[in-house]
Formats: sequence, structure tokens, C-alpha cells
Amino acid sequence: MSRLASSRPRRGVDPAASGYLFVAPFMLVFAAMLVLPLAYAAYLSLFQDRLIGGTVFAGLDNYVTALHDDRLLQGVLRVAKFFAFQVPIMLAISLLAALAIDSGLLRFAKAFRLGIFLPYAVPSVVATLMWGYLYGPDFGPVAQLADKLGLAAPKFLSGGWMLGSMANIVTWEFTGYNMIILYAALRAVPHELYEAAAVDGASAWRTAWSIKIPAIRPAILLCVIFSVIGSFQLFAEPNLLQRLAPSVIDSGYTPNLYAYTLAFTGQQVNYAAAVSFLLGAVIVVASYTVLFVTSRRSNR
Amino acid sequence: MIGLPRTRRRAGIAVTLAAVLALSACGGGSKPAGSSSQAQAVSQADIDKAMTTPTQLTFWTWVPDIKKEVALFEQKYPAIKVTVVNAGQGEPQYTKLRTALKAGTGAPDAAQIEFQYVPTFSITKSLVDLRPYGAEALKPQFVDWTWNQVTGSGGQVWAIPQDTGPMGMLYRKDIFDKYGIAVPKTWDEFATAARKLHAADPKVSMTNLAANQNGVWMGLLWQAGIKPFEVTGADSVKVDLNNDRSKKLGAYWDGLIKDGSVSTDPDFTDQWYQALNRGQYASWLTAAWGPVFLSGSAKSTSGKWRAAPLPQWDASKPTSGNWGGSTTAVVAGTKNPIAAAKLAEFLNTDPASTKMFASQQFLFPATKAVLTDPAFVQEKPAFYGGQQVNQVFSDISATVDAKFQWPPFLDQTVNDWDETVGKSFANKSDTGAALDQWQSRTTTYAKNQGFKVNP
Repeated sequence: MSRLASSRPRRGVDPAASGYLFVAPFMLVFAAMLVLPLAYAAYLSLFQDRLIGGTVFAGLDNYVTALHDDRLLQGVLRVAKFFAFQVPIMLAISLLAALAIDSGLLRFAKAFRLGIFLPYAVPSVVATLMWGYLYGPDFGPVAQLADKLGLAAPKFLSGGWMLGSMANIVTWEFTGYNMIILYAALRAVPHELYEAAAVDGASAWRTAWSIKIPAIRPAILLCVIFSVIGSFQLFAEPNLLQRLAPSVIDSGYTPNLYAYTLAFTGQQVNYAAAVSFLLGAVIVVASYTVLFVTSRRSNR
Repeated sequence: MIGLPRTRRRAGIAVTLAAVLALSACGGGSKPAGSSSQAQAVSQADIDKAMTTPTQLTFWTWVPDIKKEVALFEQKYPAIKVTVVNAGQGEPQYTKLRTALKAGTGAPDAAQIEFQYVPTFSITKSLVDLRPYGAEALKPQFVDWTWNQVTGSGGQVWAIPQDTGPMGMLYRKDIFDKYGIAVPKTWDEFATAARKLHAADPKVSMTNLAANQNGVWMGLLWQAGIKPFEVTGADSVKVDLNNDRSKKLGAYWDGLIKDGSVSTDPDFTDQWYQALNRGQYASWLTAAWGPVFLSGSAKSTSGKWRAAPLPQWDASKPTSGNWGGSTTAVVAGTKNPIAAAKLAEFLNTDPASTKMFASQQFLFPATKAVLTDPAFVQEKPAFYGGQQVNQVFSDISATVDAKFQWPPFLDQTVNDWDETVGKSFANKSDTGAALDQWQSRTTTYAKNQGFKVNP
């Protein structure tokens, strides 16, 4: 009894300790799996490891080289372009789907929700392989159908179409995911607002436009930020499609693919680390820009 | 067999860069090359002791069912137990191997290394020189060019050849007959036939020169007697990718591709398999492992194919190149170099083991004994209308140029080729300009890696 009694006050005295205890598992994994590797990569990026001459300290040389690297720059511009047209389309579809389900007017809302979310459950590797088959210039179903109809099939895997074809895959994969986020946010909007709108005689469209969308603005913003990160880190899709169209997708097609090739093909691990850090910086800037632009707008 | 060909996608072989290690080891090079061996020969007593001491070896390889050959080894040396690990085929295995070597733990004792990668691994000191374990005595058993491919320029023996891929031509006899095309003996005849065929049936191409297949290009360079790479010193390398002869070769294919008589579809893709089955390619310029591979992947065309040597630049002096094939190497850092070296030796020289490679895994042999074994060369597969295909390729193997060398940074070289020369095939753009780009990108890389580069 006395032991118990003495332990109780101690716990009461230092509540912070138990707090640390609770976050410790997370902090440990966070440090081991994120902070340490990041620090190590930063350290690596300051060296150059050569086949002849071994490892030498290079200071910021790798970063200077990377800033002048045309292939990296082109990769960044390409994913920026990808972001600029793919994300608005994807989020518009997600938003429409979320509003449709939320409106309660759909007959098979549950099946619809599941159906549109399902592609997200398919690993992106599998999704890309599947679409790669559909895009196939000779054997793909689209090409065969076009052939039957005597039309020229669109060359999905050619230089001009590739970015669009990839955007289509990514849209297919992630529309459901974004829809779920938006739908969850819609469910949290207080019902009184709708009732008030109904009393004021607002149509369903008007309610959606003037109440629902403004109410879930933070969720939309969240989706945009996720999409910035996703777009700039595009990797699995180009990496797999490269096999089908090796002359269209080169190793600098996206910045991540470029870093990967540098590290594992050219054995330039140090330079790859520098490129990765620069890419990280680009993502931070892009995300911040999005936040800045949208918050200014909402303040107006 | 399925899958093997991919492993050999990147043909070839080479020797060389070992020089770098040897020369740096003897510091100053006062001794003649070859006598600079870092390691003393291991005595027979040591070998006997090692082979009777209970030992656990790890062996990374992607040869299917290689456990059968390994079992023969374990039978002979009951004290040695070998764990066979398939760590991936080609590049994936190399990536894991590099990671393990860098980490200093988890690397195998012995590993399968393709010929063309031997210099890439020996320059990073990842392989063990096998001379102290009596490897030099094995040389007479192997076809000369295969031995050169595993020999460093200081005389080191970096690996033991396992199987090879001397290049020849598989062609559709029915298509050739239909359009009255004789089997081309020279590249000129090949070009004439290609244009004739294209005029007669635009849907069929004479052959497919895959725009993603550096291995074939290297093999064609090899056949043409071009030496794109050479190690010229401890820290210098010759990179000569856009010389007149390479450009002539480039222009030759450039022309055929531009007028449509040769296609450039990526190989080992669904599209490519379909085209083979549908008779869209009248020939396949491939390696000695090609015949068995093709009979597995184009079953519907059985009986229609035949084999012939590659067309020649000079018909009076037939030569060929090599595409693919592997070696067994001992990985640096192993605690059991003797047992690992003997494993590499046994698998690739023991009569029962080498015959089993040829008859069960359909590896194309590297030893003279199997290459002249009647049971091997006199096989008459129905897929080739009863032709003695192995005999054709066995004869070709004897004509492969022995002096071809690989760069010590193959992955980068291949990647740069894909994005310059390969791309020019696919886009029907100027191959000559692409060769210049390949040269400049490779040179830049080599310089960044600390090499002195001689053009």
C-alpha cells in the first residue's frame, strides 16, 4: 500500500515524463528512419567518390554542378508542367465525386464511393503495368479497336503523348484517394448551414458552390499540397513505362528518376544525394508558394 | 530457360581494367606486368586442408536449377556446403552486391558476373584474383576469347567463364524463300535483301535492331573489329566511340532504319514477342543462347527458322562478336577464398557439371571440350528443321575476336548509349551525331570519375 501511495504523487508531479514516454516510440522510429538518413544523405552530398582517387571532400561542388545541370532542370520543369495540368483535373473530378456522394442524391452511393476509391488500392506498379498494356501500340485493346474501325490509334507512348498518358494513370490512381479526403471534410460541415441555405431558397448547386466548397477549403488545400509532393516525386510510372518506350523516357525524365539513375547506374551516390536535396528544396518552395497564394486569396 | 536471355542482354566481355589494380599494386611498374601478382600461390596442402574443413559458402547466381551442378561439387567435397541464392538477374543482383560490399557485410563468397561486368567489378576491387588458387592452369580448357574476357591486363584471372553468346543470325527460311532471298553472306547483301524484302512486303522487316539493346550494338562493334574501350594505364582509359569505323557502322544501320527495312522495337517486350510470333521480323541477330530461347518464346513458328553466321564485312575473314554469357567470380572479402575459387573452377570445368549446364540449362558452353562434344553439336532441334544449330554457333565461337574490351563503368556507358545512339534508332535521327554525344557523355563521366581519357 505504501509503495502505491508513494508512486502516485510522483506521477502527478511529472506529467511531462509520461508524455515523452508516449511519443518515444514515434520519435525513435522518426529519428532512425528519417532524421538519420537525411543527415547521412546531407553528409554524403558534400563528398565525391571516384573510381580513381577514392573519396574526397567536395564542399558544395555537387550542388553547384546540380544547379547547372540541364537534365535536372528539364526534369523539374517537366514535373512542374505535369503538376500544372494533371492536378487541377484530378482534384476537380475528386471534388465533383465527393459533392455527388455528399448530396445524397446518388442511388448507389456506397458502390460508387468504393468503385472510385478502388484504384487507389492497386499498387502504382501494377497500375502502370496495366495501363502500359492498354496503351500498347500494336497489341493494346485501344490500338486493336482503332485498327478494326480503320482509324489510326493514338500513340500513347510517343514523345508528345507520354506526359498526358502518365497524367491519366496518376489521375486514375489518386482521384479516389482525394475524393475520400474531401468527402470526409464535407461530412464535418455543420448541417445547420444547409438548413439555413435551404430556408434562404438556395439550390443544391448554389449550396455546393457557396457553402460546401468554402467550408472544405482546408481539405482542398491539403490535397493540393499532397499533389505537389506526389507530382514532383513522380517515379514509379516513368520508371516502368521506360521499359516500353525507352527512347521517350530517358533517365532524366523526372528528377527522382534522375537521382535514382545517378545513384544506381552511374554509382554517383554523392551527386545523387545533392540532387535529392535540391529536389526537396524545390518541393518546399512549391508547397509554400501554393500555401502563400491560397492564403492571400482567402484573406481578400 | 525463360529469363536467361535477359540476363545476357548486355553482351559481351572484356578484360582489362584489372590493369589498374595490378599497376597500382606494384607501384611504379618496375616489374613486368604479370609478375606483379599481389598474392602468393596457395600450396596444395593448404588447398587440401581448406577443402576438407567444414565450410559454409554462399553463392549468388540466377542460373535456374544450378543446385544440380552444385550438388556434384558437394559430392566431391563433402565438407563444403553451398547455399545458392538467387539475388536477381543481372542488374538487380549487381545492385545488391554493391550494397553488400559497401556495407561490409552480407556479400556472398562467389557470384555470377556477366563477362561485360568483370572490369566494372574488378576496378572497385570487388573480385579476388584467382591465380593463387591455380586458375591460370585452366586457361587451355577455355576458348581463347572467353579467357581474355576474364583476364586483367596485369594477368589477373578475375573469374572463370561459365557460358557464352557468340553472335549469329537466326532467320525465317520460309520468308527468305517466299521472296527469293539467299542467306546474306555480307552486310552489303544483307542491306540489298532488306530493301528487297521491304519493297515486297512493307509489314515485314529484315531484322529488328532494338533501340534499347546496347548488347547487340556492342556485339556488332566487336564483329567489325572496332575497339571502343581500352585500358591504357593505371588511371587512364581509351574511349573511342565515334571513330570513322563506328560512324560507318552507324550510317549503315541508320540507312536501313530510315527507309523502313529494319525496325527498332524494344526487345524482350510483349510487342517484340508478338512480332516474332507473327513473322514480322525475317531475322534476329542474336547470340548462341538465342536458338533455345526463341524455340521457347515463338513456339508457333517451329520449323521455320534456321541459323547462320552473321553477315560479314569481309567475307574472306569471317569474324563475330559476343553478346551475353556469364562467369563465376569470387567476391572480395570472402573468408573462404580457396573453397570459393574451387567452386568456380569445379562448376565450369568439371566434365559432368559443364555438360549438365549445356544439356539441362541450355547454357552455351565456354569450354572447348563441350563445344566439340558430339552429343552437343550434333543435336538436331525440330524448331530449326533438324539443322545442327549448336554446330553453327560452335564454329562461330572460334571466330570471335579475342581483343575486345569493356569499359570499367559499364552501367553508365550503356545508359548513355540508350539515350543517344539507341534513341537515334528509335527516332530515326542522325546516328552519327548520336555517336558524338555518346562519346562526349562517356568521356565526361570518365573524367568525373578521375580517369585520364585518351580519345
